[in-house]
Amino acid sequence: MLLIACPYCGERPEIEFAYGGEAHIARPADPSAMSDEEWAAFLYARTNPKGTHAERWRHTNGCGRFFNAVRDTVTDFFVATYKTGEPRPDLTPRSVV
Amino acid sequence: MSSLRTASGGRIDRTKTLRFYFDGRSHTGVQGDTLASALLANGEYLLGRSFKYHRPRGVVAAGSDEPNAIVNLTRDAARSTPNVRATTIELYEGLHAESQNRFPSLQVDIGAINDLLSPLLPAGFYYKTFKWPASWWQRVYEPLIRAAAGLGRAPTLPDPDRYVGRWAHADVLVVGAGPAGLSAALAAADAGVRVVLADEQSEFGGSLLSEPTEMQTWLAEAIATLAANPRVTLLPRTTAFGYFAHNMAGLAERVTDHLANPPPHLPRERLWQIRVKQVVLATGALERPLVFPNNDRPGIMLAGAARTYLNRYGVLPGKRIVVATATDSAYRAALDLRAAGADVAVIADLREAPGEIADEARAAGIAVRTATSVVGAGGLQHVAWAALAPVAGGAPEAVPCDALLMSGGWTPAVHLFSQSRGKLRFDADASAYLPDVSAEHERSAGACRGVFGLAEAQGDGAAAGASAASGKPYTPSAATPNGGGWLGLMPNAPAKKAFIDFQNDVTAKDIKLAVREGMRSIEHIKRYTTTGMATDQGKTSNMNTLGVASGALDATIPQIGHTTFRMPYTPVTFGGLAGFSRGDLFEPIRMTPIHPWAAEAGAVFEDVGQWKRAHYFPKRGEDLHAAVARECLAVRASVGMFDASTLGKIEVVGPDAAEFLNRMYVNAWTKLGVGRCRYGILCREDGFVRDDGVVGRIAQDRFHVTTTTGGAAGVLNMMEDYLQTEWPELDVWLTSTTEQWAVIAIQGPKARAVIAPLVEGLDISREKFPHMAVAECTFAGVPARLFRVSFSGELGFEVNVPADYGRAVWEAIYAAGRPHNIVPYGTETMHVLRAEKGFIIVGQDTDGTATPDDAGVGWAVAKSKRDFVGKRSLARAAMTGPSRKQLVGLLTADPKTVLEEGAQLVDDPHQAVPMTLLGHVTSSYYSATLGHSIALAMLVNGRARIGQTVHVPMPNGAIAVRVVKPVFYDPEGARLDG
Ligand SMILES: [Zn+2]
Repeated sequence: MLLIACPYCGERPEIEFAYGGEAHIARPADPSAMSDEEWAAFLYARTNPKGTHAERWRHTNGCGRFFNAVRDTVTDFFVATYKTGEPRPDLTPRSVV
Repeated sequence: MSSLRTASGGRIDRTKTLRFYFDGRSHTGVQGDTLASALLANGEYLLGRSFKYHRPRGVVAAGSDEPNAIVNLTRDAARSTPNVRATTIELYEGLHAESQNRFPSLQVDIGAINDLLSPLLPAGFYYKTFKWPASWWQRVYEPLIRAAAGLGRAPTLPDPDRYVGRWAHADVLVVGAGPAGLSAALAAADAGVRVVLADEQSEFGGSLLSEPTEMQTWLAEAIATLAANPRVTLLPRTTAFGYFAHNMAGLAERVTDHLANPPPHLPRERLWQIRVKQVVLATGALERPLVFPNNDRPGIMLAGAARTYLNRYGVLPGKRIVVATATDSAYRAALDLRAAGADVAVIADLREAPGEIADEARAAGIAVRTATSVVGAGGLQHVAWAALAPVAGGAPEAVPCDALLMSGGWTPAVHLFSQSRGKLRFDADASAYLPDVSAEHERSAGACRGVFGLAEAQGDGAAAGASAASGKPYTPSAATPNGGGWLGLMPNAPAKKAFIDFQNDVTAKDIKLAVREGMRSIEHIKRYTTTGMATDQGKTSNMNTLGVASGALDATIPQIGHTTFRMPYTPVTFGGLAGFSRGDLFEPIRMTPIHPWAAEAGAVFEDVGQWKRAHYFPKRGEDLHAAVARECLAVRASVGMFDASTLGKIEVVGPDAAEFLNRMYVNAWTKLGVGRCRYGILCREDGFVRDDGVVGRIAQDRFHVTTTTGGAAGVLNMMEDYLQTEWPELDVWLTSTTEQWAVIAIQGPKARAVIAPLVEGLDISREKFPHMAVAECTFAGVPARLFRVSFSGELGFEVNVPADYGRAVWEAIYAAGRPHNIVPYGTETMHVLRAEKGFIIVGQDTDGTATPDDAGVGWAVAKSKRDFVGKRSLARAAMTGPSRKQLVGLLTADPKTVLEEGAQLVDDPHQAVPMTLLGHVTSSYYSATLGHSIALAMLVNGRARIGQTVHVPMPNGAIAVRVVKPVFYDPEGARLDG
C-alpha cells in the first residue's frame, strides 16, 4: 500500500485516496473550436511513461482535495506532491537508501 | 516401534508428556515438540503420500520449508486445516492430525499405482493427454483431474474462530530472530528507535536453536534485553509473509494454534499491517536437498534438519546414518549425532578436498569418502541403503542405513527482498542469488545475503540494525563463503525418480524433458513441469531446478534467470486475511431512518449498493407479484407512500452555483426560477449519460440537487473534480446531504388530500404549488423542503425532512393517509410505475453508451448553451443518426408474457448464428394497471421502427414483439394534477 503525502494533510495510506489519471491535461477553453481529432486526443490520449509520471490524486477519505503528484512508475515512489494549479516540479526520481 | 528420543538435551520439557493422535493412532510427545519431531521420536517415518505418484513420504526439513510432511489438522468439524506442515505444528495435548492424499490408508494406497505408471505421466502430461477429443474435456477429463488433484480437504462448516487485524507503525522492522536479526534488533533498540522483531517460530533464536551449546547465553540475554525495552515489540509465531510498497509489511501472527484449549478471549490469528521507516531482513537460508534417484524415501532428510531434531528436540533421525554432502555444514550434524551415540557409517563428500572439518570428523572416528556422489537409495517405505559412487566413475556401493542425511548447500532466503522488487544478482562463489539493488528502505543481514557463520551473521546484523536506526547509508561487508555447495542432479546419478520438487513430484528427468520439448525460459519450465508451484513455493527446489535446467540448456544460471517471488512466503489462512471483514462486517450496511418501520411492517429488503431498500411490503400470503400488483393499483387508484431517502443529495451553494450547474449538466439553469425544479441530466465528457435527477432552486444561490441512489458519491466526486481542477474561479460549495434528509414520496390522486393537513406555511393548491415546484415549509411540525414531483405519473410530492425526524414524519403521513387507504410501497412498485410512464433508470435503461437523445431525454439538452460537460462529444457525427440505439417500448402478443431483461433483439429469428443483434430489453414488468406486460428496450434506430415487429430469441423459441413508444400509461400527462 502506497504512502502518499497529501499537500494539505501530510502522509496518509493509499486507502484514503482515489487515483485521478494523468495530470496537467486542462479542459480546453472552447471545446467547440476543436476538431474531432483534437477533442479525441484531449479525451483519450495519455502518456504511459516508464519513469516519472505527473498524475492526479484525490484525498477522498480525508480532506477531499484534488492534488497532483509525480510518481516514478518503475519504483512507485513519489518524487513530489503539489497543489492543483502549481506547475509540475522538475525533479528526478529519488534514489532509495 | 523403537523410541528415537535421546536421554537428555534439547529445548523440550521431558516432564510434560502430551498425548496426540496421528491417523487415529495414539502417541505421546513432550512439551516443546513439533508434530514432526514427536512422530519421528515415535519412529513414525511415513507421514504422507506424494501428489502425483502417491509415493511414500516422510520428513525432509525441520521448518517452514518442509515440502513433504503436510497433514490435515483437526480440532473439530469446523476447525480443520489441510496442508499444514508437521514441522511447524507445535504439539499440544489431544492434537489430532491425519495424513493426506492416500486411499484407503497411508500404508496401503491405491494411487501408488501411479508410481508404476510414472513413465506414462511425464512433465506436461495433462497438456498432452487431455487435449483430444475436445468434447471429452468437460465430461471426462476435468472431473477426473479434479477428483485426483489437490492435497487435503477444506472444512465444510463455517470457520468459528475469530481473526483480528492491527495497523502499526515503527521505525525499524526486523524479520527473523536468528543471530543476525537479534543483533539488528539490539543495535536498533540501542539507538532508541521503535523496533518490531518478528519470527515465524515459537521461540526466537533461528539457527541458534539448533546449536547444542554455542552462543546460548548470548541468545538468552539478547531476548531478555529486547523484552525489557518498552520501544521493542516482539512477535514470535509471526510470519512476515508479504513485503508491500513503501515499506508496508503483512505479518500473520498465530495466537492460539499452539494451545490445547485456546482461551475464548484470544483470536486465532492477528494480521499485522505495519508501516516502517526501515526494514532489516534477516530471514536466513534454506538448505538444499541433493538430487538422486529415490531421494524422496522416508528417512532421507536434510542434514541441517537432522541437527535440529537432535539438538532442539532430542530426536535421532535413525540409528545408522549415512551423510551425503557437498558442504561443510553437514559435518556438524554428523559430529553432533556421533556425540549423541548414533552410528554414523560414512560421510560421502562430493568435494575432493573438504578442508579441516573433514579431519575433525575423521578424528571423531567417522569415515569420510571424498569425491563421492550419492547416486541412489533403496528401501520401500523407508530408506534401507544409500548408493555411493566415486565422482570419477566406478560401480556404486550400497551402504546400509536407516537415515540418509543430505546437504547440497544453503540458499539465501531472498523471498521478501525480491517481493519488495529488489534486484537479485547471481553470485557464482555462493552458487546463489543474493540481494543486489534495494527498491525499498531496506537492508538484508546474515545468511539471507550470503553472510554465513554465527559470529559473522551477528556482526552483520548489528551493522544493519545500527544503520537502519540512523537511516544513514550502509555499505554491507562482502558475503562470506559457506564451504561448498551443489546445484542440480548429482554426478553419475540417473535423472529418473530423482526428485527436485517433492510436493509436486517433479524430477530431474521432467526438467530435462521440458527443455527437450522447447521450454527455454525458467518461467515456462516452471509452468510446464509445475516445479516450485506447490504450497511450499519451491523453497527447497528452485535452485536445483535451475541447476538441472542450466545443464540441459547449456546456459549459465544467470542466463536462465529466476522465477518471481510472490507473497505469501508461507500459506496464510483466508480467515487471517479476512479478519473482521466477514458476515455483517464484510461491508457497511446503510439503512434509512424509515428502515425500522419498514422492517416492522414486514417489508422484504433488497440490496442497492450498500443500502437496504424495502423491495415490497407483502401482506399475508402475498408473493412479490401479488404485492407489487396491489401496491401499483393502490397508487394509481388512491395514494401510496415510498421511502426515497437513499436518493443522492448534493447542496450546491454560492454566487456561481447556477453557472456551475450550467457547465456540469446538459440543461439550462440560469432561468430556472427560485421555487422551481427541473429534471437534470449529467453527461460524462464523452457525451454519454452519467446520472440524472431532479434539481430544485431553493434560493438564487442555492440548489438542491438529487442523484441516483448508486451514483451519489461518483457525481459528487465528478463535481468536485471540475470545481477544484477546471473552474477553481467559480465561487461554489458542494456538500453531500444524502444522509441529512429523509425523503418520503407521496404519489397518487389522493396525495394532496393526504398531506394537506400536515403542511404549514405553504399553499399546496394546484394553482399555487404546480408540478415541478419546490418550497420550504413546516411538515408535520418539522422544517421541510417539499417538492411537487412525480416519478409515477400521478399527482406527487416528495417531502424532505431532517433525517432524525424521518420515521416520525413517515408515521404522520401514514396516519393521515389511513382514511384514503394509503399503501406503503417498495422499489419494485416504484420501478413498475415509472416504466409504465417510460421514465428511465440510469444504469438500467442506459449502460454508459447512451446519449441523452438515445435515452429519449434529448429534450432536456440546452443546445443553445456554449458549453457543458459532454457537449463537444455530442456534436460528433457518430453520436446521431440511424446507427444509434434508442429507447423504445415493446409489447408482446400474449399479455402475460414478460420478457427477460437483458434479452437480445433481432430482425429475423431464423438467421444463422451469430445473429445480427439490434439491441436488448432493459426493463420488463407485468403491469397490473394495464393488464398486460410492458418492456423498455434500447433498439438500433428504434424510433423509426415504431409499429414494426422485432424478435426476442429465447431457448424455447423466439418471441415476436411490437415496437411502440416508451410511454404506456397516460401519455398526455393528464394525471399529474390529480
Ligand atoms: Zn488531505
